[in-house]
Amino acid sequence: MIRFILLQNRQGKTRLAKYYVPLEDSEKHKVEYEFRTHKVIYRRYAGLFFSLCVDITDNELAYLESIHLFVEILDHFFSNVCELDLVFNFHKVYLILDEFILAGELQETSKKAIIERMGELEKLD
Amino acid sequence: MTMHGMRGLSVFISDVRNCQNKDQERLRIDKELGNVRNRFKNEKGLTPYEKKKYVWKMLYIYMLGYDVDFGHMKAVSLISAPKYPEKQVGYIVTSCLLNENHDFLRLAINTVRNDIIGRNETFQCLALTMVGNIGGREFAESLAPDVQKLLLSSSCRPLVRKKAALCLLRLYRKNPDIVNVDGWADRMAQLLDERDLGVLTSSMSLLVALVSNNHEAYWSCLPKCVKILERLARNQDVPQEYTYYGIPSPWLQVKTMRVLQYFPTIEDPYTRRTLFEVLQRILMGTDVVKNVNKNNASHAVLFEALALVMHLDAEKEMMSQCVALLGKFIAVREPNIRYLGLENMTRMLMVTDVQEIIKRHQAQIITSLKDPDVSIRRRALDLLYGMCDVTNAKDIVEELLQYLSSADFTMREELSLKAAILAEKFAPDLSWYVDVILQLIDKAGDFISDDIWFRVVQFVTNNDDLQTYAAAKVKEYLDKPAVHETMVKVSAYILGEYSHLLARRPGCSPKEIFSLLHEKLPTVSTTTIPILLSAYAKILMHIHPPDQELQSQIWAIFNKYESCIDAEIQQRAVEYLALCQRGAPLMDILAEMPKFPERKSSLIKRAEYSEADTAEQSAIKLRSQQQTSNALVVTDQHPANGATSPISVGELSLVKVPSMITSENDTSTDLSQQNGALSNVDTQPPSADLLSDILGPLAIEGPPGATVQSEHNAISGLEGGSDAVDGSAIVPVEEQTNTVQPIGNVAERFHALCLKDSGVLYEDPYIQIGIKAEWRGHHGRLVLFLGNKNTAPVVSVQAIILTPAHLKMELSLVPDTIPPRAQVQCPLEVVNLRPSRDVAVLDFSYKFGTNMVNVKLRLPAVLNKFLQPIQVTAEEFFSQWRSLSGPPLKLQEVVRGVKPMPLPEMANLLNSFRIMICPGLDPNPNNLVASTTFYSESMRAILCLVRIETDPADRTQLRMTLASGDPTLTFELKEFIKEQLISIPTAPREAAPAPAAAQPTPQIPPNDPAAILAGLLS
Repeated sequence: MIRFILLQNRQGKTRLAKYYVPLEDSEKHKVEYEFRTHKVIYRRYAGLFFSLCVDITDNELAYLESIHLFVEILDHFFSNVCELDLVFNFHKVYLILDEFILAGELQETSKKAIIERMGELEKLD
Repeated sequence: MTMHGMRGLSVFISDVRNCQNKDQERLRIDKELGNVRNRFKNEKGLTPYEKKKYVWKMLYIYMLGYDVDFGHMKAVSLISAPKYPEKQVGYIVTSCLLNENHDFLRLAINTVRNDIIGRNETFQCLALTMVGNIGGREFAESLAPDVQKLLLSSSCRPLVRKKAALCLLRLYRKNPDIVNVDGWADRMAQLLDERDLGVLTSSMSLLVALVSNNHEAYWSCLPKCVKILERLARNQDVPQEYTYYGIPSPWLQVKTMRVLQYFPTIEDPYTRRTLFEVLQRILMGTDVVKNVNKNNASHAVLFEALALVMHLDAEKEMMSQCVALLGKFIAVREPNIRYLGLENMTRMLMVTDVQEIIKRHQAQIITSLKDPDVSIRRRALDLLYGMCDVTNAKDIVEELLQYLSSADFTMREELSLKAAILAEKFAPDLSWYVDVILQLIDKAGDFISDDIWFRVVQFVTNNDDLQTYAAAKVKEYLDKPAVHETMVKVSAYILGEYSHLLARRPGCSPKEIFSLLHEKLPTVSTTTIPILLSAYAKILMHIHPPDQELQSQIWAIFNKYESCIDAEIQQRAVEYLALCQRGAPLMDILAEMPKFPERKSSLIKRAEYSEADTAEQSAIKLRSQQQTSNALVVTDQHPANGATSPISVGELSLVKVPSMITSENDTSTDLSQQNGALSNVDTQPPSADLLSDILGPLAIEGPPGATVQSEHNAISGLEGGSDAVDGSAIVPVEEQTNTVQPIGNVAERFHALCLKDSGVLYEDPYIQIGIKAEWRGHHGRLVLFLGNKNTAPVVSVQAIILTPAHLKMELSLVPDTIPPRAQVQCPLEVVNLRPSRDVAVLDFSYKFGTNMVNVKLRLPAVLNKFLQPIQVTAEEFFSQWRSLSGPPLKLQEVVRGVKPMPLPEMANLLNSFRIMICPGLDPNPNNLVASTTFYSESMRAILCLVRIETDPADRTQLRMTLASGDPTLTFELKEFIKEQLISIPTAPREAAPAPAAAQPTPQIPPNDPAAILAGLLS
């Protein structure tokens, strides 16, 4: 399962952080640098690092591609996503993430389904 | 697209971004937090929009790393807002700021439940999402049924159901009891017919967790998973939106194959064939393509398929296909795939016998040892270590040595340990081994643990041919300008013992050796000085005729250290000086060190320790590893749930291994003790001991007392007559029939070994069988030490293991002859398949002179060896206890005829069987409550709970209640404990027979399989 997801820029500023295991705040800050008993799967898009911490036995490539799928969804949603989109609309990113991952597992892998769902939610707001 | 503006929020974010430095940022944040606090003071005056905005701001501030504890309450209270926008913020921010351990969360539990059972789909989604992400045990207990309803509901949209599936997964991880196995398995199977791939993906994750804990209940899901996999792999009826770069949901494929890896095997031939066709298609149909995403996705599926093939132990042909594929991967440029190729090759080594095929890739693997990526280097090291054997040890070890000088510091210790182990295990000749170890110390002295140099000293001491070579070699190293302290230690030891063998060589006179060593003294620490002092004393002793000058020099040094503050150094200095001045005693005391008893290298033990760990993973393959991950929360509750996290060899050095200096309790010492204690042999007639009866008659004929007596005479006679035979060589005078009397009580020895892991299993005048065992989960590794006590060989040795059905046992080859005074070690691997009290029997026979001896010995691979004590909290105990409500999972029995004993003694007895007393759980001081986990291959770890209620007025009876998740286990464990309580085999027997009424049942019931087994064989 995914233990946490982190989105940080090159300066190490956190743009998104979501934990699926209970951690204290002090642990969270530490975690952003080291987390040894699990593996961290990460991918860089321009200046942004997307990191997933997963179990040691999890399928690495599958999680690596789920990062890309997430980025594609963001890209679609923000039409040509850039870091600023994620900064000013961090609350939207959380919404998207909640449609994508739940309980540390992938919930939906259809880009279309997630984008449509976001449309529904926008109308409610 | 439309962005609902929250201007205030955007302005604030801009402000923070425009701050020039951290101090400015802090000022801006503090200002904002002050503002938010103020505004919330008068909450009634806030509009819903404002509340929402402030709570989002707090999340943003929190993300920047600031403390917003005061906002927790605000976020939680928004959850109960009536309108969606506020409620949404409440839910989302709460699940970011809080975790399951926050008390505030409890305040929301009612609202959350109302949202889940309410009619508003959006609210349902919000609630399910938050519970799925941060819900804890309390949520599990109060919400599980509602969440299950949503998952199965036909009126809910897939949107809600997929969230319900994962929410349920979370709750299950918090408390596995919430999924009622009986009804649930069928529902789970139905869920797999789902057409919506979103719901199916979520359900599959749920299934992985369920089968990882208990695959038995979910057999009906297996064919459905194969079907799903087939549908995906053939790309039948997969909506476009669920393909990823043309690949039908790679994630669902991976998950589905994960599920299949939890089933030990696939019996239905049709399902099996279908699955293999699909796997074959995946293995063969995956190519390396340009598009990196497509490549990754297809290889994600491929590696999972490989894991599944390894797990199913497919036909050899498929395996070699896999190796060929992996060979291709480790040569590709793409680092991720190369990494995975190496990792999977290592895994494959442990599963099947593919070493020869893998060896073909040795050169390529060695290249990866120099890869710029440290992760790849580590995998390459693991693989090289795993594939090393006698044929390639020299190449591989030399490669490792070469790499050592350039390796980064983080890897050096692991690297040198591995090189040392391989050198010892596979050394083609011993001088090469010495070379390797000295090179290691030279190149990476800081990373060489004491075990490594102890071991080389041990080897040199025990091999006369090696001594001169080693002494010359260490001298060469000492001549170098910079010498590592460990090198000084090993050199001092070896030169102290053996430098006299070099005395005729140039530069090796005692004086020169002494000054070579002594010039190192100022540079070394206090742990090395004692070794140097011993070396000086030894050098001095070897000089003939005495060299007055050297002598006075060394005496002066001893003199100086006589007042050293370090006790060890001081003592040695005082003693050596006194000895030297006495002259003659010096010779005796400082004589060459005797040979070390040949015992297993602690290094290799270390390696085996790690191998055992990894092997376990391989034997049950991914299942065990996965269990750690999927049972995440279960492990929180029961730390000993079999979920030993895989230990990398890198952590090995943390394992404290007894060094060779501390003498272990090994059989050689037992041997002499046993011999010394000959006259204490139990002279009771065997029939008095019901337990020894079972096996006793097979070996014992005639009154034992007389035989022992005659043997005793024989010894004294021999001792008087001949110097050649010492006490341990007992040659009976009468070499007659096949009546050979065991020494000691066979049954008592067996019972003692049931409680400890090493000791003597059997002994007679000719032979001694020692045993040493290690237990890990459902695996056991026993070593039988067959020792010939005589000066003539023991021949026609045969050892056959009669294995009961619940165990899998494999005895390594037992030699036909045991040479005089020699000991052979025969490892015996044990795997526990399921609970049973049956006992394995060793049918052992040999011939000595005219005596043909055959004994049948019970082996202490008994039920309690597969137990692991576990401490549970009252809460865990009682929730388990309640959920296991009655027969056959919970059994109760009134046991009479119990050997009366005080309660603490009974507690000790249970503890000694690895059934752990949990004090304080039972309010009644006359009761005992205990828990343990049972390991078997078929069921993995199962928690067992025990309660014993005693009657202080009548200690011969008690009521016992046993509970576990498996009916057989409950029964077997109950009977096992009963047997232990009725008879206490280790307690010294009293002369008076036990009162007849005290034993209504025999200690071993007549239908005891061990008795039957032994009976059949006699």
